[in-house]
Amino acid sequence: MKRSSRLGITYAGPMGLWLTIFFLTPLFIIILYSVLKKGLYGGVEWTFSSAAYRQLVNPAFAKVLFRTLTVSVTATAITMALALPCGYAMARSSHQSLFLGLVIVPFWTNSLIRIYAWIAILSSRGFANELLKQLHIIEESLSLIYNQGAVITVLVYMYIPFAILPLFTTIDSFDFQLLEAARDLGASRFTSITRVLLPNIRSGIITSGVFTFIPIFGAYTVPLLVGGKDSYMIGNIIVDQVTKTRNWPLASAISLIITLVSTVGVMWMLMAGAQEKRERAQSLRKAGTR
Amino acid sequence: MKNVSRSYGTFKALDDVSIEIRKGEFFSLLGPSGCGKTTLLRSIAGFDTPDEGVIELDGRNIIPYPPEKRLVNTVFQSYALFPHLNVFENIAFPLRLKKEKESSVRDKVAQYLKLVQLSGHEHKKPAMLSGGQKQRVAIARALINEPSVLLLDEPLSALDAKLRQSLLVELDQIHDKIGITFIYVTHDQSEALSVSDRIAVMNEGKVLQTGTPYEIYESPATDFVARFIGETNLFPATVVSCVPFEQTHMSTLQVDALGSVIRVTDDDYLEAGTHVSFTVRPEKLKITSHPPLTVSKDINLFSGIVDEPIYSGFQSKYYVALACGTIIKVIQQHATYMDEGPAINWKDSVFVSWSAEDGYIVEVIDR
Repeated sequence: MKRSSRLGITYAGPMGLWLTIFFLTPLFIIILYSVLKKGLYGGVEWTFSSAAYRQLVNPAFAKVLFRTLTVSVTATAITMALALPCGYAMARSSHQSLFLGLVIVPFWTNSLIRIYAWIAILSSRGFANELLKQLHIIEESLSLIYNQGAVITVLVYMYIPFAILPLFTTIDSFDFQLLEAARDLGASRFTSITRVLLPNIRSGIITSGVFTFIPIFGAYTVPLLVGGKDSYMIGNIIVDQVTKTRNWPLASAISLIITLVSTVGVMWMLMAGAQEKRERAQSLRKAGTR
Repeated sequence: MKNVSRSYGTFKALDDVSIEIRKGEFFSLLGPSGCGKTTLLRSIAGFDTPDEGVIELDGRNIIPYPPEKRLVNTVFQSYALFPHLNVFENIAFPLRLKKEKESSVRDKVAQYLKLVQLSGHEHKKPAMLSGGQKQRVAIARALINEPSVLLLDEPLSALDAKLRQSLLVELDQIHDKIGITFIYVTHDQSEALSVSDRIAVMNEGKVLQTGTPYEIYESPATDFVARFIGETNLFPATVVSCVPFEQTHMSTLQVDALGSVIRVTDDDYLEAGTHVSFTVRPEKLKITSHPPLTVSKDINLFSGIVDEPIYSGFQSKYYVALACGTIIKVIQQHATYMDEGPAINWKDSVFVSWSAEDGYIVEVIDR
């Protein structure tokens, strides 16, 4: 065996150990629990049972799954729509570090506190309502909180930094002269963005989309604190199954669904990246045989 | 272009620039970096708006129009090819924007690929092309819209010297073939001299001289132009006397740097006492080991010592220190076969001479 390959194992060792203990083992436990019989007061009994998966096939769960998907897709779409111009403006600004700082500052505060801040803003006697009343735009308080809208608003707020950062890095390395070239060749301002900027920052768009969608899909505190009865998402059901209904196998089975969706997202992201690389390699090979 | 000005803060990038460029001309904007030539080009393309003045194209002021509405296209210094599109789609880009029919797109792209000699490279991405190939794609892409004017922003500066020469010749051939106006920005005087119909020499936001390469080289309008284009010997001088000589005037100039008087012919009559700049190009000087046998009135002759001979194959350049201490540059072509090395060596005593007709009065400093 060559010395270098042994060195590889040495380098990869700690990382492998870490992943095994903190990622693979829990994943294995979740898979195992999902096919066991539920214990009376939580936990599991060591008998095989497919009950959890049979329970998954029910209209109530399908409804929550569908709602989670709708909320996640909507919130991700809004986040991206806001993050793209933000990232673009940051990349073109001469005060990049200031804006980067502003994007990162919220992370210095606990996320629960930030959600409670939104309660203070959105509640019936909160800042938003009081301001609108002072300005005589409304007479009666609007119900801004404990509904789907509030959940989406706060989710967008919570995860927009995750979308801005990858977009900023890709746009920052984009050659803006290409936009001038496009304009020069007859493209309007808008077409130059859609035909030249967007295709060239595709990987950044996918990365930030996946980074936003995955945490939103598993969101739990936001729908719990600012959502209403009709805002329950998959994350909330899992918590209920663990703490209230004490059906750990079902909680495990649902978790696996989230893992599956996330995996599909990440795979898509990796494949898009790999395809770009493959295309490049292919064209290079063609050039070589000329 | 009339009275175009553009300032950034207190810095005047363009200072009252007026140039008239004729249809179908290969016109160069030549000057050192920061002289305003690129700002001028960007103003024509529409990426920069002048504070004052008008830019007319076929009699119409184009300043109010955005870049995409102007009948000019640009070849960028950094190529600016779209990395996500292959060669074919890069060149087809302007046609796709106009939603032209697929068959017509194919025909036109094939035609322009042939023009820039890149047929067969359609499916490559820009990343796999060499610098010269990228520049050809950029040229084809800028031409396919059939603009009235093609703007070239130092298109060859990123290429190596050999390639630059051959691409320059090719560019000239393309110009002859399609016959549209080329406006070529460069800081390289040899590029500008070799292909341009006319050149505008710029410095510090001003146009110093506009003329044919021949005019600019032989009759520079200012000291700066004389120094910037080619090599020269340039001295301040004072007119001692001026008499008619054949169809022109023969002036006798006192040149302090040479410690003596010289004679030079010029079209204009100059009053005695006028301060002028005098120039003579190094290749117009003769260098000999022995004094010339006959010395006529219109020959200027100096003796000196070779301070630094620079041999470069087809020619030699000598820095000759004259008796008064001033160094004068002489270039001698090696027109005949040299059997035993150069006849003139380091520290040799030499004679430098030139005819009065070969000198030139650049600038009249006051009158």
